[in-house]
This record gives sequence, structure tokens and C-alpha cells, in this order.
Amino acid sequence: MSLIEVRAPGLLTSVQDLGREGFGPMGVSPSGAADAVALRVGNRLAGNAEGAPGLEMTLLGGTFFFREAAVAALTGSDFASALDDRRVETWNSVEILAGQTLQLGPTRAGARCYLCVRGGIDVKLFLGSASTHLLSGLGGFEGRALRKGDVLKVGRAIEGFRTFRKRNIARRALEKLAPRKVLRVTAGPQSDWFSKEAQKLFYARTYRVTEESNRMGLRLEGAAIASALGGEMISEGVSLGAVQITASGLPIILFVEQQTTGGYPKIANVISADMSSLGQLRPRDEIRFELVEMETARALLVEQEELLASKELILG
Amino acid sequence: MQFQIASDQSLLVYFGRPENENGAKAPRLENQITIESNERVRRLLRMTDFEPIRGVRNLHPAYCSLLIKFDAMLLRHKELEEIVRGYIDRMERAALPEPRLVEIPVCYGGEFGPDLEEVAELHRITPAQAIELHASTHYLVYFLGFAPGFAYLGELPEALVTPRLTMPRRSVPAGSVGIAGSQTGVYPISTPGGWRLLGRTPVEMFRPGRAEMSLLSIGDRVRFVAISREKFAQAKLENA
Repeated sequence: MSLIEVRAPGLLTSVQDLGREGFGPMGVSPSGAADAVALRVGNRLAGNAEGAPGLEMTLLGGTFFFREAAVAALTGSDFASALDDRRVETWNSVEILAGQTLQLGPTRAGARCYLCVRGGIDVKLFLGSASTHLLSGLGGFEGRALRKGDVLKVGRAIEGFRTFRKRNIARRALEKLAPRKVLRVTAGPQSDWFSKEAQKLFYARTYRVTEESNRMGLRLEGAAIASALGGEMISEGVSLGAVQITASGLPIILFVEQQTTGGYPKIANVISADMSSLGQLRPRDEIRFELVEMETARALLVEQEELLASKELILG
Repeated sequence: MQFQIASDQSLLVYFGRPENENGAKAPRLENQITIESNERVRRLLRMTDFEPIRGVRNLHPAYCSLLIKFDAMLLRHKELEEIVRGYIDRMERAALPEPRLVEIPVCYGGEFGPDLEEVAELHRITPAQAIELHASTHYLVYFLGFAPGFAYLGELPEALVTPRLTMPRRSVPAGSVGIAGSQTGVYPISTPGGWRLLGRTPVEMFRPGRAEMSLLSIGDRVRFVAISREKFAQAKLENA
């Protein structure tokens, strides 16, 4: 069995896959990778099925000692990484020899970097998924972020461990998948609770991501939106990427560890094709919202899925 | 009944509203939460259990609505709406399971229920009367939401209806029994929370690995039973 020692955990590193859908009636939200596109591509580069469990690192990466040889890939944001003394490029497969150390540093651009290892990170599944739900302490590696001294097991691979092939993502695809700061949204289920002026303000202004943002939600600061109908409603189910307007008038975007129900009116909802962009937002990043039609949102999702499934995505 | 698109991959179904109401508005607070609407939510949920819809990924029931999350690569809003309309037409014939009655022991007051005295004072009753009121009612599990295993229970006796705290606590211990508006509930895990705390249960509301992971399910009936500090400590030991 192949083992990876966590020499330094980084700021917030957890095991993530594509999450556990289907347990809403128990109040359990899906969790899963904050930037699912990066995890999916990372797995393809490493030679895994695209939903294999990998490590999600936040803002500052960890240091990992590989006891055995491995094939891996780093995707998402560039965390200034090195294998022993050699720099490692993101969005490429990389061959790791037994006894080598992969060290990641602080981010150079976005919020999250993914380490995918051939065979995937092997943890006990909780409700069919390896992903960690940090806020409720469920799933993943003991339901928590990694700590110094943890030893991770690598699962069995569909390709041999030693057959290394150099792979990288097509540049054109990478450009198309680049995280956005102008988030496209569709109208939320309570968008008509807000006056024309309030909606105009929401789409015209720039919002700043606050420090209180996490995998549960992104709290924004900026122009307060007046809710014409004065705020609260009967709690109802809430979607991933829902933009709630709280009593203070400030938006919160519900994210992967979202609560399953909520009682704030929702002015908009981030489109599925831009969901991964949310996972790359850092505190103090400035964003804007752009309203699109439902048909546009669907077309963009189809386009992204076709790109992710295409043969031209991965070279080598 | 009404349909409302929530996102490019989700659809809301609201019960308890006339179909011809202009525009699609979520029910306001002043609209009564009715047991009848909630029963229709449970029936629809059960139908989707019996006859799963291809492309549906997740379901989020609430008081009088059901959010359906789906894969837009497999399904369109209109198609889903048509299928759900068919289910709704037939669902009155689908029998709901006999409701279970679950008893939850609670040690009221003291450090377990830091808001008990204030709640009693607000309603000009004694803490003992507040406990009596809270423990004398059979509650319905309207739905589970917010956090794993968190059941929204109603209705509180009128004399206990209290707004939530203006400043939510940063951390509410697991097992805390709280009230908010006309609802009551038990925090399964330690989270921030704004409900007023009356007591604590030694029972684990959500335990991965247990056959019934969540102690409560939608549609269950619940009764709280007051227990002493000794009983609480003993039950805690037995759980460990």
C-alpha cells in the first residue's frame, strides 16, 4: 500500500471528491470540491476516474512526503510548488519517486489548489462519498482538515502505478476554464421581491469577498440591497450558488457546504458553469454579477461539460 | 400548487397556494404554515422515493415546499415540471407511513438551558410552567434542514412563542434544545445558532454508522420528556 505523510498541512487542506448528492431530506448537503472542474481535470491528468478523492488546499499548500513512487497532478491555482528542488507546473502530470517531498507554498492567484494522486486518496466513504464536510465534522479524513503527522493511504489505480505518461491540459481549454470575477447569474426565486432600483444596484456594483467566507458560503460586502418586502420568509430548500440577501441587505452566496434550507430571499443564483469560479475567490477579491437568461446558463453548462469530456482536453 | 425555477439546475414546488396567483412569489411569513401543505410535501417526497426521476440529484423538503435539484444535462425545467405534475395528480392515493412517536429526554434549565428563565419571564410564567408547556406537546417533524439531522418541530404552544436571539451564539453545544418563533428543535452538532436554549438531551440526534443515521425523519411525531441531571449524566455515560 502506498502512503503519503503530511509533513505540513497548509492552511486548510481536506479530502474532497465530487460530493454526496441525495441526502437533502436528512439535512446533509453535498460538500465536495470547491472547484470541481480543477479536481476533475486533475484526476484525468493523474490517470483516475474524474471523481476520485484528492486533496483540496486553501491559500497556502502543504508539504507531503511520498514513501512510495506515485503519479500525481496539481490543478487549480498555482501554489508555487516544488518536488524536492525542482519546480512543478500546475495542470501537468508529474512523476514522484519514492522518498521525494512535494512542497507547496502560498497561492499566486486564486484560492484553491488540488493534489490528485493516481489511485485517489483512500478514506472510508460516508454516504457514498469521500468528501469532508468540515463544518459538521463528517466524511473525508476523520471528518476534519489534515494535520501534521497524518498518514494518507493511496487507493488502487485503474492504470499501473509505475506507468508514467506526461500529460497536460490543452492551453485553449485552460483559457476557457479560467476562473471568472464577473459571475453570471440567473434570476433567483424571489428576485421579484426586490424593487427595480434594488436590482439595478445589485448588478451595477462591485462586491468584495469578506474574510468570513468559507466552504459554507461567501459573505460579500458592498452596496446594501433593500428588500422591498422587508426580509424574512418561510424557510425553503436552497440551491447551490443561491445569492441570499440577509437582513442587513448584504449578499451571501451559498456554497458547497451550504445549509439545505434557509429563510432569506434569493435575488439571484450563480450559474452552474461559473460554480468553480466561486471556489477560486479569495477574501478581498472584487466581483460583479451579470444577469443571463436560463437558456444561456444551460448552453454554457453544456459547453463546459462537452469541453471536460472532449478528447482534446488532455494532451499526451 | 406552484412551480418556480430556483436555478439552472433546480426547481421549487410550493404547496398551499392557488395556481392562478399572479407571478411566482414565495409564501410570506404571514401565510400560515399548514400541516396540510406539509403533508403534500411528504407525499410528493414519498412518490419520488417510490418512482425516482431520472436526472434528479437531490431533494430539499421544507414546510410547504420541495426543492428539486437535477442534472441539466439530462432534464429540463419544463420536463421535470410535467413529471412532477403527474406525481401530484396521483399522490393522494400514496399512503404515508404510520407516524412514529419518538420520545426525547431533556434536562431543562441550568447551564443546559441558559435561556429558560428569560423565556419564562417574557411570558410571565415560571420556568417550571415553561418546561411543562414545552414537554406537554406532541410535535410534528416538518422537515430536516440547516444541518445534518436538524429537525424543524412545530407547533410550540402559543404561550411559548418567542423570537430568536438578536445576537446568535457563536457556538451552541450539540444536544441543545431550542425554540424560535413557533418552532422547536435539537442541535445535532455544535454550530453557531440563534435559537433560545431551554435544555439539552443526552441522545445523539445524528450518528454516522448507526442504522438510522438521523434519529428523526420527516413526518415523525416528537415528545420531550423532562429528566434529571443524574439521568442525563447516566445516559451520557451509556452512550459513550
